[in-house]
Amino acid sequence: MSTLTAPALASRLLSPELDGRDPTSLADHLALRGELPPLRGDDAAWVAAMLQAVADSGLSGRGGAGFPSARKLAGIRRAGGTPLVVVNAMEGEPESLKDKVLLTAVLHLVLDGAAVAAALLGARRVVVCLPADDPSGTAEVLRRAVAERARAGRSGVEVVVAARPGGYAAGEESALVEGLNDRPGLPIFRADKATPLRVGRAPALVHNAETLAHLALIARHGAAWFRSAGTAASPGTTLVTVAGAVVRPGVFEVELGCPIDVICAAAGAPDDVAGVLVGGYAGTWLGPQHLGTPFERGALAELGATTGVGVLVVLAASSCGITETARIARYMAGESAGQCGPCVFGLPALAEDLELLAVGRAGPTTMDRLRGRASLIAGRGACRHPDGVVRLVESALVAFADDLERHARGHACRGTAAPSVLNIPRNARPGRRAA
Amino acid sequence: MLATSSTTLWYATRATGVVALLLLTITVVLGVLTAGRLRTKRWPAFANAELHKRLSIITVVFLAIHILTSVLDTYVHIGWASVVVPFTSSYQPFWTGLGTVGVDLLLAVMISSALRQRISPRLWRGLHWLAYGSWPVALAHALGMGSDAKYAWLQALAAACIAAVAAAVVWRVRDARRAADLARRSGALTRTLTPVGTPSR
Amino acid sequence: MSTHRLRVDPVACDAYGFCAELLPERITLDEWGYPVVDGTPVDRGLVELARRAVAECPRRALLLEAAEA
Repeated sequence: MSTLTAPALASRLLSPELDGRDPTSLADHLALRGELPPLRGDDAAWVAAMLQAVADSGLSGRGGAGFPSARKLAGIRRAGGTPLVVVNAMEGEPESLKDKVLLTAVLHLVLDGAAVAAALLGARRVVVCLPADDPSGTAEVLRRAVAERARAGRSGVEVVVAARPGGYAAGEESALVEGLNDRPGLPIFRADKATPLRVGRAPALVHNAETLAHLALIARHGAAWFRSAGTAASPGTTLVTVAGAVVRPGVFEVELGCPIDVICAAAGAPDDVAGVLVGGYAGTWLGPQHLGTPFERGALAELGATTGVGVLVVLAASSCGITETARIARYMAGESAGQCGPCVFGLPALAEDLELLAVGRAGPTTMDRLRGRASLIAGRGACRHPDGVVRLVESALVAFADDLERHARGHACRGTAAPSVLNIPRNARPGRRAA
Repeated sequence: MLATSSTTLWYATRATGVVALLLLTITVVLGVLTAGRLRTKRWPAFANAELHKRLSIITVVFLAIHILTSVLDTYVHIGWASVVVPFTSSYQPFWTGLGTVGVDLLLAVMISSALRQRISPRLWRGLHWLAYGSWPVALAHALGMGSDAKYAWLQALAAACIAAVAAAVVWRVRDARRAADLARRSGALTRTLTPVGTPSR
Repeated sequence: MSTHRLRVDPVACDAYGFCAELLPERITLDEWGYPVVDGTPVDRGLVELARRAVAECPRRALLLEAAEA
């Protein structure tokens, strides 16, 4: 692993000057960041200029899909009706902490971003969605910050803080909107993905909290400033949660394009690792030979990976990648919404095959069956949940190919009994049957 | 003259009633087999659904004739209103009324199926389930009206209808339980098959 | 020439399997009874059969969409 060099860590969102300040204080926030420029939502020229700035900045979503933000905004503007801004801080990915950090350390920045988005859309309402099962009282803190902003006359919009039921897929766009429509919070089948989701009659802009935080900085400092970090194809900085076999797990802000091993080194990863899970539980395992890959879309795409929700899970050399993948697959099977057959039946089947491989009970047909099932499950659900698990599994078969050979012949390995480095929670709805 | 045409109507009522009951029985059985997804190497599952749909229409045709002849027959008084309002006939109000209940349930199914595109799937399914009730009610009506209930042939037919529906329902219940077992074993109910190491939380 | 493509609404689908029986040219069933749809376009010769399969689905889960070739 290369030694950490200063430019690896960035400090745009997570400024070191945040230390010692009260994150809920609006005054402190403005002293640090400066004022937002006036949001002239009813001035067509201002709106056009700001939309252009967002487009020029190349900002893309930080919630996993990486969709260009300017295009998303344009799509909602084209839809009829008064839009609604939904701040997605559900953070269903168990290993991810970045949205929690944002809502505790830089919540006013997120609210600024929501205000900018609202002005660009002519929206009059913002709904901040965070998990209801969070014990740390973030919702209350947020409500107080919202009230303070209202008193300071900083809101042309009404901001509502909504604590929603959690779970892995709780932040899936359509599931979130269904929940806001007082229907069961499950993903829906969208025959035409271009039609915007609506809360009531309002077309909904669903943006990850981090994306909006970046938007707030772009509004202050401009597109050129945003592009001065990162790479040409993937500009800006991003928050990465490093977890697993590291000494200092946590959230780091990095420039996009920073090599993965440099990021992991910042968290105190060992020199010798079995692999790194890139993106989250629906992400991609990369073997040790690929850890110099820049953490940005293009380079990762060549390896069949994405930045996902900005999670890097480091696997120690003493762990077994197949076993850890089996654990994730079993958890993900339990997080199925239970609506689509290939997911409801396919994911537990994948998990079962992986478990057999992990504990050394694989038969002569297990590997072929696993590969066959994986190829048949992806793309046949209403949402991307099964696709993510298939990507995880197929990447494990590549990244841990050597170890896999032993397992396929019906043997466990020393790593199977090692304690897990993962933070797998209990399933949100355990024992749920298919709908 | 009046008596002759009344007798003809009466025979027609009884005959179409029996046929309608038989057809309704087969329709119900086919419905159960459709829901149970019965298929063999030579009998595809869609055939059950198709036959069920087509047979239900023929059933309703015979039922319509049965109703028409029974109302037109002036030997006993069954008014038009009592065709849809149960237990209001002056002739054998209870047993006729049961028939009316059956008619109401089948009307609900027919109308909801015609409007299927416009109503919620749950409403359609609920009304369809209610239609199950039309069968025992029709059977009771047939036996209770008394015209032919004393004859062995009708009793045998009734027994055969009961046997057919019972067999279908028993098959369906057992098959559903088998499917649930399979789902549980395949882990679709999210029970962990093999404990793998120790989770960290 | 406009062609069509078949798609399944996986939430509505309840694994009746009628579609695979009626249109084996384009639809097969996986090991759990759920349809695997061949995404290749449905040409004129097959469209009527495809429409029949769409009409037979008890959950209206099979969709035939017009697609540019």
